[in-house]
Parts: sequence; C-alpha cells; structure tokens
Amino acid sequence: MKGMSVIVKQISRLMYPSILVLGVYIILHGHLTPGGGFAGGVLIAGAFTLLVLAYGADEVTTARGKWRATLGESIGIFLFWFIAVLGIVQGGYFFLNMVNHGEPLQLFSAGIIPLCNIAIGIEVSAALFAIFITMSVLKLGDKV
Amino acid sequence: MSLLLYFIIVPLGGAFLLPIISRLRESLSDWVGNAITALLLYCSVYGVITASGKTVTYFVGGWRPIADIPVGINLVMDGLSGLMLLIVNIVALLVTLYSVNYMARYTDKGKYYTLFLLMVAGLNGVILSGDLFNLFVFLEITAIASYALVAFGIEDEELEASFKYQVLGGTASALILLGIAVFYQTTGTLNLADASRVIAGIGHTPTVLFAGVLFMAGFCLKAALIPFHAWLPDAHPAAPAPISAMLSGVVIKVLGVYPLCRLFFNVYGITPLIQDIFMVLGVVSIILGVFLALSQWDFKRLLAYHSISQIGYVVLGIGLGTPLGILGGLFHLINHSVFKSLLFLNAGSVVYATDTRELKELGGLQRKMPVTGATSQVASFSIAGLPPFNGFWSKLIIIVACVQAGQMLFAVLAVIGSILTLLSFLKVQRYVFFDALKEKWKNVREVPFLMCVSMIVFALLCIGMGLLLLPQISAVTLKPAADVLYTGLEYATKVLGG
Amino acid sequence: MIVFILAVLLFLVGLYGILVKRNIIKLAIGLIIMEYAVNLFFVLAGYREGGTAPILDGDLAPGTVFVDPLPQALVLTAIVIGLGTTALLVSFAVKIYEKYDTFDIRKIRKLHG
Repeated sequence: MKGMSVIVKQISRLMYPSILVLGVYIILHGHLTPGGGFAGGVLIAGAFTLLVLAYGADEVTTARGKWRATLGESIGIFLFWFIAVLGIVQGGYFFLNMVNHGEPLQLFSAGIIPLCNIAIGIEVSAALFAIFITMSVLKLGDKV
Repeated sequence: MSLLLYFIIVPLGGAFLLPIISRLRESLSDWVGNAITALLLYCSVYGVITASGKTVTYFVGGWRPIADIPVGINLVMDGLSGLMLLIVNIVALLVTLYSVNYMARYTDKGKYYTLFLLMVAGLNGVILSGDLFNLFVFLEITAIASYALVAFGIEDEELEASFKYQVLGGTASALILLGIAVFYQTTGTLNLADASRVIAGIGHTPTVLFAGVLFMAGFCLKAALIPFHAWLPDAHPAAPAPISAMLSGVVIKVLGVYPLCRLFFNVYGITPLIQDIFMVLGVVSIILGVFLALSQWDFKRLLAYHSISQIGYVVLGIGLGTPLGILGGLFHLINHSVFKSLLFLNAGSVVYATDTRELKELGGLQRKMPVTGATSQVASFSIAGLPPFNGFWSKLIIIVACVQAGQMLFAVLAVIGSILTLLSFLKVQRYVFFDALKEKWKNVREVPFLMCVSMIVFALLCIGMGLLLLPQISAVTLKPAADVLYTGLEYATKVLGG
Repeated sequence: MIVFILAVLLFLVGLYGILVKRNIIKLAIGLIIMEYAVNLFFVLAGYREGGTAPILDGDLAPGTVFVDPLPQALVLTAIVIGLGTTALLVSFAVKIYEKYDTFDIRKIRKLHG
C-alpha cells in the first residue's frame, strides 16, 4: 500500500497525537461521561489507521502490525475476562464489583468499571486496527 | 451454583489465550483445545448427575431477584438444558479429537481452535441463558464463529457459501432482534421466566403474537426448516468436516430448535395453532428434504439435505405436544446429533484419503478403509431407522406418538420419509464403500488413529443410545427434558420460585 | 405509533435490498439497513415522553420520568455485534471480489443446486 502526498502526511502527523489523547481521555472517563472503552478504542484505532493511510505500509510493517494487533486483542479481551473471573475468586459471583466503589463522579470510583473500560479500550482499538489491515492491506493468501 | 458459569467462561478464556499460545507453539493449541472440551464434557456430566432433573439457577454478578422480579442476568439449567449441554459437549470433544489430524492440512490451527471454542461457548450460553437478550448475544457469538469457520479454507466455494450463510443468518438475527424489541415493548421484561408470567396474565394479544411470528421466522431460518433452508446445503458441505459435523450435529438444533421449544412451550404456552405450525413445518421438511437429498451426488451435500429432513422429525415429534411425542422428538434430536456428526466425519475421512466428495468417482473403499466403512454403515443404518440402532427407537416413538395423537397422515409420511432415507443411504454405501475398487484408489490408506478413535466412539454411541430409554437412565436424561416442555408454563415457578 | 411504523418501513427497505439486489456490496448494505432499523425501533421503544437521563442523582424532583435505560444498553450491545458481523461480511465481500473479479451474485456460482 502506497502513502499519500506530503500535505496529508504532515497533517496526519500533527493530528494523530491529539486523536490518541482524546481516545485515552474517553476511555478513562467512561464511567463518568458518555463514551467508554468502545468509543475510545475506536478513536485510537482511527489514529493508527490514519497513519497507515497517510504513510502507506510495506509487507514487513504490515506483518508486524498484524501480529501486534492480534496480541493486543488477545491481551485486552483476556484482561476483561480476568477481571470478571476475579469476582468468582473474591466473592463467588462472576463480574462481582469487588473493588472499593469510592466517591461517585470522581475519576477513581465505580469499582471495576474503569478497569473494564481500559481492557475494552485495548481490545477494541487492536481489533478494529486488525480489521482495517485485513480488509485494506492484506491480499488473499498472504502469510500473516 | 457457579458450575453453570464454567460452561461459558472456560471456553471463552481458552479462546482468548489461544492466539498467543499457538504463536509460541502450534502443537500446544491441540492440547489446549482438547483439554477444554474434555473439561466441559466432565462438567456437563457432573452437572446433569448432581442436578438430577431439578432446576438450578445462577445469578451473574450476585444480582438476585427482588420480590420475585429478576433484575440481573441469570443462567438456568433444567432438564432440557442439561440434555442439550450433554450432547453439545460430547460432540465437541469428539470433534476436537478428530480435528487434531484432520485440520493439520489447513494452516493456522490456533485460529481454528479459537473460533471453535468461541462457538462452543456460544452454544453453551444459548442453552443456559435465562433471558431473551442474552440468548441473542450468545446466538450471535455462535453465528459469527460459524460464518468464519465455514470459510476456513478460503477457497472460492467456501467464501461463496459463507457469504450466503451470512446474509441469511444476518436476516434471521435481525428478525429475532426485532421480535425481542416488540416483545420487550409489550411485556416490559426480557427474562424468560418473568415474561412467561406476564404473558399468562395478558394472554396472547396481537402484539405478543406478532413478536411470536418474528421469532418463528428467525429461529426457523436458523434451524433451516424447509421454506427457510436455502443456506444449509451450501454452508454445511463447504466447511471443514469437523465443522460440518458441529453445524449439522448441534448448531442448527441449539440455535433453531431449542429456542423455538423454549419460547413456545415455556414462555408463550403451547396452543393448537402453534402445534399445527410445528407439525406442518416438520412434515414438509421430512418429505422435501429427503427428495432433494435423493438426487445429490456430492457426499456432504447429500448429508446436508438429510439434516433438513431429520430436523423435520424432531420438530414433528415436539409439535405433537403429547408426552410421548416430545420424548421422541428430543430423543431423535440427540440421536441425530450423534449419527449425523459421525456421517460428516466419515465423509471427512473419505475426503482426507481421496480428496473428492463425488459419489460417482469413489468406490470399493470398504477394504481399504475398514474403520471408516464400518462406522459409516452403523451411522447409515441409524439414520435410516433400522433396529437396533438408536435412530430406530426415536423414529418408532415419534410414529407411535403420531398414531396415538390421531395424526395418521403424518405417521404415514414419516414412514415414507424413513424408507426414502434408507434408499438414499444404500446409494451412498454402494457408491462409496462397495462396488469395484477403482484403479486410482489403490494406494488409499485408512485415516490416522485419532480420527478412527473419534469415529469409533460415535459408532458405539449409535449402537448404545437405545439404552437411554431404560427407565433408570431415562429418569436423569430424557424424562426431565421432556417434562420441562410438557409442563410448559410451570417453568416460571421453577426458575423464580414462589 | 407513527415512528414505529416508520422504523418497520426502514426494516422492509433493507429486506427489499436483500431480496432484490444482485450486487454483494448492496446486499451487505441491505443487511446493515435492516440491523439499524431494528436498533432504531428498540431505542424508540424505551423512549418516555418528557423523560430525563436515567442517572440516579441526589437532587431529583419527585415524580421525574426516566427514559427506559435497558433498551439503550441492549442497543449498544446490538451495535457492537453488528460491527462484528458487518466487518466479517464486508471482508468476505472483498475476498470474493479478489477471487471472482465481480460483485454480481449471478456470476458467483460455483456451487451447484
């Protein structure tokens, strides 16, 4: 996949850090404001996608990106599973909200919900990036 | 009892870890996949024996019902769920055992087991789920995993079949979700037990029935009953053999027949109209399915058409609504899981050895592949309903129940369907295993050991499952399952108490 | 009532697309329209006239009406599921195009029967 013109490259280089920060903000504030793991994850995946579209990707970076996306996906979803299973260990119930709930409407509150949001954020950003790579860059029969 | 949860979280956890594990060492994924399905089989046997027909409920997150009104997600295992869990996990274990050698010819076993375990988790979730929306979510997990698995070989035909399957499966899901929306708007609840009470209160109003029609269309599409069958003969043969065995063996039942039974017997309460719809769909599927199968020359495609026909028997039996009919229908459901999975594995072995599915090109494989031949004869006799194999008993019960219920026409049609099935399988046996050995198959060898083991266990089940009708064994397996459907609306009391 | 009928009409538009169109991308679009019509229907089912956001806050006047939060949660789940199915469907469409060099389902017919 080939890259785009200099203008596009420059602008995406300027834009992508702020998109990433916005994504992280939405993930971390998921339990307080609209949004959460899924919406933030989509934004993060969008930042990566922007870079790939602007700068292009050769076979080596595609293979590496695909493997990292798979790894991130597995780790994120496993983290989510692990948090839920901890509930069984702690109190006998799946998804038991066992962490201290804290003050409502503070950043550190709502027990396991922010943790779940972070796990979902990792999972969704990696998964959407993997989908993007699979659909646009990879050709049938590529070994990745 | 948190045992119920393990059926869902154990395969999910395995599926999430496998992409990483298989990257480290490919062979580890075989071990993990088989260990998890073995564990699930152990759990289901243990669960069915300890529950012994009683209803077990689990509240996720500790959200217990307040004043008998459920507020959280609950999982329910009663007799019917227990029976379905048992058969799903038996088939899953034997299929993963078969996959160890069979899937070696495809690349990336790690992804295969990931998708397979997701599918098993979804199937178990559909069976255990106690509310409608959760059921939908697990149904979609199973469906997405199976779309991907059908196209696992990414050849032209597989992609095409999977696309067709996805479009029709997606339509079915949309219909089901629309049904759920209408249902929720009318009854104000999604919990099956609670909804059953609400419907008993308000009766079958037009909106409730409209939701019912949407459910009927959606789940019949998933079950591939005859007017809705178009995707099945493409999708099931295109998949790798172990997946065909799963799809035909358990997926169409768990995604199609099981929710239909659960909704219309336990939530809506069965009425003569619904019974008539079930029976007519069943009989049409029996006859048309078997006629379509007769003209097929592709081994797996023929088996796929027989799946449609055999599901017809299940729905006919259950639709009769008498205790004997329901028992026969459920018994045929589990029997069909066993012999149809075995037949697909046989077809897979033939493909493994010869690389063709065309009946006319094969011939005389009996001497070269004795295990595959013998097990496929057992399965063929089972599906055709010859005594003493399991298919005979369940078909006998269904036909006797038809006669008892005064449905002579349906009984006669069921017998005709059975005879045509026998004919069709005599054709298979003649063209594949008997006849003269063709020159090009001289060097064909029997399939590897593990594949043989899996087929032999299935064949033994085919022979031995008639024993399920013995009163002592039936009391913990078939009887409670049939009772759940027969007692219908008592489901709400059993789940919520009071 | 009229909004529900319109949502069902949108559903039927999607169904029409699936039944009539011959291009696999248009089939996918039909499916997506259908999914979203259902989501719309479901969200509307939870709407209450004059309702506020269902957040339990200290200073709420008695008799405040909430919109029903359950359909919103369910529709969010359904949207995520829809994302999964759509991604799979579209990537298969792309692969089919690579194999057959056409989007026309009348020309994609290697399966018999």
